[in-house]
Amino acid sequence: MSAGAVGRAYPRLEGREKVTGTARYAVEYPVDGVTYGWAVPSAVVRGRITRVDPAQALASPGVLAVVHHGNAPRLAPGPEPDLWLLQEPTVHYRGQFIAVVVATSLEAAREGARLVRIDYDAGPHSTVLTDDHPGLYKPDHINPSYPTDTAEGDFDAGYAAAPVRVDVTYRTPAYHNNPMEPHATTAQWHDGRLLVHDSNQGASSVRATLAELFELPRESVRVVTQHVGGGFGSKGYAKAAVVLAALAARHVDRPVRLALTRQQLFGPIGYRTPTIQRVRLAADADGRLTAICHDAISQTSTMREFAEQTAVYTRSMYAAPHRRTTHRLVRLDVPTPFWMRAPGECPGAYALESAMDELAVAVGIDPVELRIRNDTEVDPDQGRPFTSRNLVACLREGAQRFGWADRDPAPRSRRDGHWLVGSGVAGSSYPARARPCSATATARPDGSFLVRINVTDIGTGARTAMWQVAADALGVPPERVAISIGDSDLPTAPVAGGSMGTASWSWAVIRACQALRGKLPEGGSPDRDVSAEADTSDEVGGQPTLPRYAYGAQFAEVRVDATTGEVRLNRMLGVFAAGQVVNPTTARSQLIGGMTMGLSMALHEEGVLDERYGDWVNHDLATYHITGCADVESIEAYWLDERDGELNPAGVKGIGEIGIVGAAAAIANAVHHATGVRIRDLPIRLDKLVGVSELA
Amino acid sequence: MQGGPETEITTDERHSSRVAFDVNDAPREMTLDNRTTLLDALREHLGLIGAKKGCDHGQCGSCTVLLDGRRVKSCLVLAVTLDGRSVITVEGLAGPDELSPLQAAFIAQDAFQCGYCTPGQLCSARGMLDEVDRGWPSAVTDDLGAPPDLTDAEIRERMAGNLCRCAAYPHIVAAVRETAATR
Repeated sequence: MSAGAVGRAYPRLEGREKVTGTARYAVEYPVDGVTYGWAVPSAVVRGRITRVDPAQALASPGVLAVVHHGNAPRLAPGPEPDLWLLQEPTVHYRGQFIAVVVATSLEAAREGARLVRIDYDAGPHSTVLTDDHPGLYKPDHINPSYPTDTAEGDFDAGYAAAPVRVDVTYRTPAYHNNPMEPHATTAQWHDGRLLVHDSNQGASSVRATLAELFELPRESVRVVTQHVGGGFGSKGYAKAAVVLAALAARHVDRPVRLALTRQQLFGPIGYRTPTIQRVRLAADADGRLTAICHDAISQTSTMREFAEQTAVYTRSMYAAPHRRTTHRLVRLDVPTPFWMRAPGECPGAYALESAMDELAVAVGIDPVELRIRNDTEVDPDQGRPFTSRNLVACLREGAQRFGWADRDPAPRSRRDGHWLVGSGVAGSSYPARARPCSATATARPDGSFLVRINVTDIGTGARTAMWQVAADALGVPPERVAISIGDSDLPTAPVAGGSMGTASWSWAVIRACQALRGKLPEGGSPDRDVSAEADTSDEVGGQPTLPRYAYGAQFAEVRVDATTGEVRLNRMLGVFAAGQVVNPTTARSQLIGGMTMGLSMALHEEGVLDERYGDWVNHDLATYHITGCADVESIEAYWLDERDGELNPAGVKGIGEIGIVGAAAAIANAVHHATGVRIRDLPIRLDKLVGVSELA
Repeated sequence: MQGGPETEITTDERHSSRVAFDVNDAPREMTLDNRTTLLDALREHLGLIGAKKGCDHGQCGSCTVLLDGRRVKSCLVLAVTLDGRSVITVEGLAGPDELSPLQAAFIAQDAFQCGYCTPGQLCSARGMLDEVDRGWPSAVTDDLGAPPDLTDAEIRERMAGNLCRCAAYPHIVAAVRETAATR
């Protein structure tokens, strides 16, 4: 496929719509008689609603209805308690949606939401994760289906016997996905059928969930998802907005637009759990690891178990004869944590790659060399060779591009005026997975082709990438191919998440196009539309279980104000090995985006929870800081030319998440190199480094 | 103010006003709820969906439009205050079926991913370049007396009010730089 469209840079197919403001997102479709929904959050953490008084709201001009557990349409009690909304008076966490006000205007809906009176019987609550919480327990498995704990060799003995040991604990706060477009839905019922325009990362799965909740055949539900203003995991599943909108629309028998407010995105739609991670590393005098242990603690809700797979990164990244990983969980009176860009690998790599830096200092070995020395061709977890592992090549290429060789390893060895300057490195890895998918391809008499597949383009460039893949699989220039995505009436496709979208979707596209070519006359166009479809379930399911991973190396240079402790990122550079890159333009953007979110994690983001209210108090973009334009001075992403025949027909590994993995560690390690101070709880803000010239 | 739940409910009319202003050089006249923001007037009343609602609190910049040539966050402007004013949205940055150089540069530099913050970035960049032309300094301008030199640091600082969670920042800066250089 190398001579065709795949691997070439193309601008996004929908670029013109996006820069002219004509790309329509979920609540931007013209709908006759549309009404507006406004979600009402619970004001208590844990308890029971004793009374809902809608009178004042209903008396407000324009308000049509107050939908709550006492009058809402019934939902099937499905396997997702988070989505069983407005069905019972129980309150599980502060901010849980307990009513929807529907009105003829946004203003009236918002005012109505303010006027709904709700009384509660509130009970005591527990919302803060601690490492000695009495509720700590061992889950049966961790997200999505990994074993909770692993052990090889004898960690305790191996650790005790080693000449060099590192025993450190890292903490990460709650992180909130905050896509720029809130979770939003336009819902309409026609003759018992439900149509939603919804902002999500996978319309096929949203359709399935809605069908289950509303007890409808799947054919009676249609989910349209043409353009999505980001998700970063938080839209990877049906969420509150679509369920509330559908409930409200059924209740008032009119179409409803419902968008969550920015404040409502801090909790009810998921977030990355806080973590407490103890990492113990033991090595010989040459820095070769002999024992590795990673113990991770995180939280879930009382409604549903979500167990972040924080330590799985450590299971496969570096080799050692004695190894152990554990995960413990606490059920708190909080919303259920969920996916956020590289769940597990992201916080886990921050801890392990920081601990590797501490080990490098302890042994007195360059941190790039330490990682090279502990590379392994065999997956320590599965005991089988990796299908490809180019971590060392990424480290070497990155070191060369970054100018690592000139680095004085001593902390606080560089100064630029009042700035202390330092650099750091981290490894990066993310699994390369694929899921079953279906697609159809059609040849038309005019020589054009149409490929149909329910891909979701959340900004990744998926629409463009599948168009390129289809052109090559059909053996025609891409200009002759049209692609139709973002509609659950199209052939079913898995979610845009887990860095497995491109692998899964391209597999089905290629198979459908190949099947179509077999039906076409030699060298010509058919005299009528000819279609072929493909479903990769058998092929994907029959694939041997092998350790398939993408790798990367992250390099960062920071400057720290010697007096105030302010940290600025001078530059960041990542080199990745992720198989075939379909579109260098969109791939580079996505990798830079992941790295920037890692910068945001390292220096800016922190959900601050107040136990008195049991909720995050900085629930907006003025107080929950995310990296802005002025924070990004230089971030560059490169990749190696990597071919791996054990992946999928397109040879891709996925790039949506690996950019964030290790990024925060590289920056934290650079801060240590600059200052000699090791901050082990993120974010690294100036309050932790103020007066750094006196510290260390 | 009046309007507590125990007082008599006021009518819609008492909460509404007639307002006339230009949008993308076309006169528009409508009766709007006094609480309607410019952003909601554009999106819900005029069908101009380009300006986006990212936070509704003036914290993200997705709703940025040009008001009498200057960039504003349209979620913080009440529409009824705009009688006789002129609004340019992303839909008005170029003629029909045309792209402005800035819009073309955004596509060429891949200065967006999900596209949701993009209309605000574009309007903000357009307003920002005019501010530079007028000689307005920024927080990172060294010489407040001289015309600002549009360095990357200046662009980054001047575009810092427009958040992009996909983090297209380096490409946004490149697109603005390219546009500024060819003006």
